[in-house]
Amino acid sequence: MSEQQVDNNKRRFLLVAASGAGAVAVAGIATPFIASFLPSERAKAAGAPVEVDISKLEPGEKINVEWRGKPVWVVKRTPDMVASLAKNTPKLVDPASDGSVQPEYCKNEGRSRKPDIWVAEGVCTHLGCSPTFRPDLAPADLGPEWLGGFYCPCHGSKFDLAGRVFSGVPAPTNLVIPPYKFFGNGDSMLLVGADQ
Amino acid sequence: MSKLEQTAQKALGWVDDRFPLTSTWKAHVSEYYAPKNFNFWYFFGSLAMLVLVIQIVTGIFLTMNYKPDGNLIPGTNVSTAFMSVEYIMRDVAGGWIIRYMHSTGASMFFVVVYLHMFRGLIYGSYQKPRELIWVFGTLIFLCLMAEAFLGYLLPWGQMSFWGAAVIVNLFSSIPVIGPDLSELIRGDFVVSDVTLNRFFALHVIAVPLVLLALVVAHLVALHEVGSNNPDGVEIKKLKDPKTGIPLDGIPFHPYYTVKDIFGVAVFLVVFSLIVFFLPEMGGYFLEHPNFDPADPLKTPAHIAPVWYFTPFYAILRAVPSFLGTQVWGVLAMGAAVVLIAFLPWLDRSPVKSIRYRSPIFKWVLVAFVTAFIGLGILGALPSTNTRTIVAQILSVVYFAFFLGMPWYSKLGTPKAVPERVTDTNLGRQVRFVALFALTIVLATTFAMVI
Repeated sequence: MSEQQVDNNKRRFLLVAASGAGAVAVAGIATPFIASFLPSERAKAAGAPVEVDISKLEPGEKINVEWRGKPVWVVKRTPDMVASLAKNTPKLVDPASDGSVQPEYCKNEGRSRKPDIWVAEGVCTHLGCSPTFRPDLAPADLGPEWLGGFYCPCHGSKFDLAGRVFSGVPAPTNLVIPPYKFFGNGDSMLLVGADQ
Repeated sequence: MSKLEQTAQKALGWVDDRFPLTSTWKAHVSEYYAPKNFNFWYFFGSLAMLVLVIQIVTGIFLTMNYKPDGNLIPGTNVSTAFMSVEYIMRDVAGGWIIRYMHSTGASMFFVVVYLHMFRGLIYGSYQKPRELIWVFGTLIFLCLMAEAFLGYLLPWGQMSFWGAAVIVNLFSSIPVIGPDLSELIRGDFVVSDVTLNRFFALHVIAVPLVLLALVVAHLVALHEVGSNNPDGVEIKKLKDPKTGIPLDGIPFHPYYTVKDIFGVAVFLVVFSLIVFFLPEMGGYFLEHPNFDPADPLKTPAHIAPVWYFTPFYAILRAVPSFLGTQVWGVLAMGAAVVLIAFLPWLDRSPVKSIRYRSPIFKWVLVAFVTAFIGLGILGALPSTNTRTIVAQILSVVYFAFFLGMPWYSKLGTPKAVPERVTDTNLGRQVRFVALFALTIVLATTFAMVI
């Protein structure tokens, strides 16, 4: 056995240095494991824009399109529907869409590029369910003041025909409007996911 | 001693010199002294272990035929995962019974665990020195909830998909990190095949390993301090001076092994009746929309979680969004579970068992159980304005039970606690059943009237 004095300072230094080096190694090796939880390159690449033919869309009709795995709605609003939007304004959380997500060209009352054609992500801003299209006026379950809109079956959030959320429901903001543009003969085609 | 017995003794001695086999058996089974006055409430701990074994065994056999693949089979709108479950149900010999055992086992796990937790609540089993047993138990409950949630995605039906979509989106309401966090959980921008694969890995490997470790910790902690009992008397205080064995203690084996086997037999009768005659339990154990393949573009008309999550779901729905975020409901739901772990430090009562606590506690407990069951019923129903108000009132009762406990648990005069454990008392049992029946009637009235 050695007669030498124990050097406590040296021991403490070695302990701290070894722990520090160990912590760096743990952080390093944890990185690929945590990174593997992030969306993969393939998932990121799946966001390509989709083309939709809207020439056969009837007034008052809604179609569903899949974009990035989410439902995107295209609604051809009738003039009555467009006119009804202003009447909802006092009952809305964010009528001017200041706190909601949409391209700059859709930050208007109708939340659209054109008054009739309305495009939105069909995903409730509360917890991601897909609301139901309820164009019927004053149905029994939604009350006499209902002028048409969207009702989320999961937690009862209500939106008007521009996807603007009514106050007193769980959803905090208006429905998200994706970037889109019209193209083709007489704007008969719609491109969802890109506007350039 | 016969020749065979001698050989067996030698073999056991050989093992004991190298591994603590006999001493472990003695410490945890044959010489673990449990109070002699256990009643039927004490069945549910061992039944939870039985269900855990059922889930692990049936789970292993299900993985042999299940395919965690959410991609659509070309030319159809059905995924490989959904079809592999149908394959197990229709084509694999014995597959349907294995799957129904697993799905029934999930619900029965929560039945026995809720009753097991209620037992702890009424007899003060979380009080000093059993705080850690209770904390481990709460963690087991959390793991169980995670396990149930992860497993529910695997059949890739409509409820699987939209249930997971909603719950993962709960995380995106957390300020700043929320949206990135929910993306990290999903591994995609929406719930997809990627999500299904990782949920499968977590459901069959990660969470079960944690669960097993916690069960060991729960039992080791229990056997260190000894079991509580319906009288809340510490049996270790009075020991036989010669043997050192508690006067009111009896060895776990054979006394409680035999008692528990009786409980197992009764439980298995009920379990078999469900598996063979009511595997869907009218849409409460297996929800009807989950027989439709997942459709990411269409939410079912009414989505509700499986029954064991409904009390917490009702709390989530009851909290309105304000300040432009709805994180409050998520926080309330989280707090509703986490608060359970703090019971040992919230309860300031000088006595453990409900038998000797002041009547105030009994009425508070009736209110709490009413609120919990009422929330459970409301969480399964579509929300209306009236129901939301009732759910808000019941949520307040739920939280008041925990947060008011440091105050009300000191109120009133408790009865004198005896030195030794007591015999069964018919009058007491009748009163208990009456209170319990009143609770159930109150809770059902709350939810059904509106």
